[in-house]
Amino acid sequence: MRFSALRIFKEGLTGNMNWEPHWRNPSPKSKYDVIIVGGGGHGLSTAYYLAKNHGIRNVAVLEKGHLGSGNIGRNTTIVRSNYLLPGNSEFYSHSLKLWEGLEADLNYNVMMSQRGLIMLCHSDGQRDAFVRRANAMRSRGDDAQMLSVQDLRKLLPYLNYNSARFPIYGGLLQKRAGTARHDAVAWGYARAADQRGVDLIQNCEVTGFNINSGRITGVETTRGIIEANKVAIVVAGRSSQVAQLAGIRLPIESHILQAFVTEGLKPIINNVVSFGMGHFYISQSDKGGLVFGGDLDGYASYAQRGNLPLLEHVFEAGMALMPMIGKAKVLRSWGGIMDMSPDGSPIIDKTSVGGLFINCGWCYGGFKAVPASGYAYAHLIATDNHFHTAKNFRFERFQTGYHLMDEEGTGSQHNLH
Amino acid sequence: MRILCPNCGERDIREFYYRGSAQDLHRPNLEDSLSDWHEFLHLRDNTAGEIRDLWYHEKGCNSWLVVTRNTVTHEIIKTELVKNTGEVRA
Repeated sequence: MRFSALRIFKEGLTGNMNWEPHWRNPSPKSKYDVIIVGGGGHGLSTAYYLAKNHGIRNVAVLEKGHLGSGNIGRNTTIVRSNYLLPGNSEFYSHSLKLWEGLEADLNYNVMMSQRGLIMLCHSDGQRDAFVRRANAMRSRGDDAQMLSVQDLRKLLPYLNYNSARFPIYGGLLQKRAGTARHDAVAWGYARAADQRGVDLIQNCEVTGFNINSGRITGVETTRGIIEANKVAIVVAGRSSQVAQLAGIRLPIESHILQAFVTEGLKPIINNVVSFGMGHFYISQSDKGGLVFGGDLDGYASYAQRGNLPLLEHVFEAGMALMPMIGKAKVLRSWGGIMDMSPDGSPIIDKTSVGGLFINCGWCYGGFKAVPASGYAYAHLIATDNHFHTAKNFRFERFQTGYHLMDEEGTGSQHNLH
Repeated sequence: MRILCPNCGERDIREFYYRGSAQDLHRPNLEDSLSDWHEFLHLRDNTAGEIRDLWYHEKGCNSWLVVTRNTVTHEIIKTELVKNTGEVRA
């Protein structure tokens, strides 16, 4: 079934009775070429690119719950490529290009909205750092633009420009950045992978890995043993637990990140805006809710809910930057489990077990990476070679100290990102 | 989350700085291998359940604490002063 305007028109005339499920609900086969553990955004995009780019269609995605029920189903939906460091920047640059063609590629409306992202700066030093970052972005072919206070007053008239403590000095605008509908990204990849023959198997938890002479032969699941030539783990906050089933200890600490949504309001915040003097970033969803978040709570946690100190900090930062939002009522908050790596950058690599791969360490920035992560991971799984955009996303950087990608410049240590 | 400080009593987590896993107390020797140091600095058990981690009572008694807590429920199970755990190296 292909989605098109004509199809929507026809279905509308016939009472919308002929839409079909977006994907099959198959039982697991006894053997696959590749098993992907984890049916979130990254897992589903990996399955799609395995089938599309490499012709590997005998693939199963095993998901413990239902598809897209983890962080892809709950996040602040921001898509951008305003990274500074080589090794990271080309990866996110590739990802944004994939985002721009995603709807046509998947034949699915992911509500990609390139509404522009503005990072605000509040001191001379911060402005200098943003100019440098903007130059780095432009020199690799991405768009970046420095905005003056006059520009900002026109674009974001609602900011507090009279704050003596956090004066606004300017902003770094990436026009091509924006937001996308997070669930639709998972559904779009799922449907497109299913159409290419990938089995999406839900309610199927992996409980063990079968390893023979140092090589993977399959997985044990709550729905029986499934054999596979290659197995690819991509389970975000649960990476350490799943890897431990294969006897692998990861450089990952799982932390909690909270985010918040207000009641639906008329359009007021037209871009994505981030505060440079406190952890606060905000956009407005198409339903009208203000979607905003901040920093990690700051301690290891799997609770999927946070504590009040961080909530207070985020709200205070929001009020300092744009006092008008004080009138909005917060409807919901949630906490997701983030797979934090020591340098704040991800890992897409082979493991010590032959045929077993892992993709983790996305920290609090996994959503924007979904297309390029699946693209690079599929390449690694299919060819055993690292894709050029992700060639530094390796375990060995922690041991050797080469190619660490510490965007914040705070050091490669667990409690610093 | 409130942490029971052995010196100060039950205190809000705002008063504490979080260091991370209590494996930090078991620092390798300088002459130990690179992989020992890699394990110490980077690799973590990252348990979903009961863990031991290090907190510093920065806005209180300035003591380093080992807190045993559950990462799934946020329950604080036990708190002790690092100097009383016998894990500190000279």
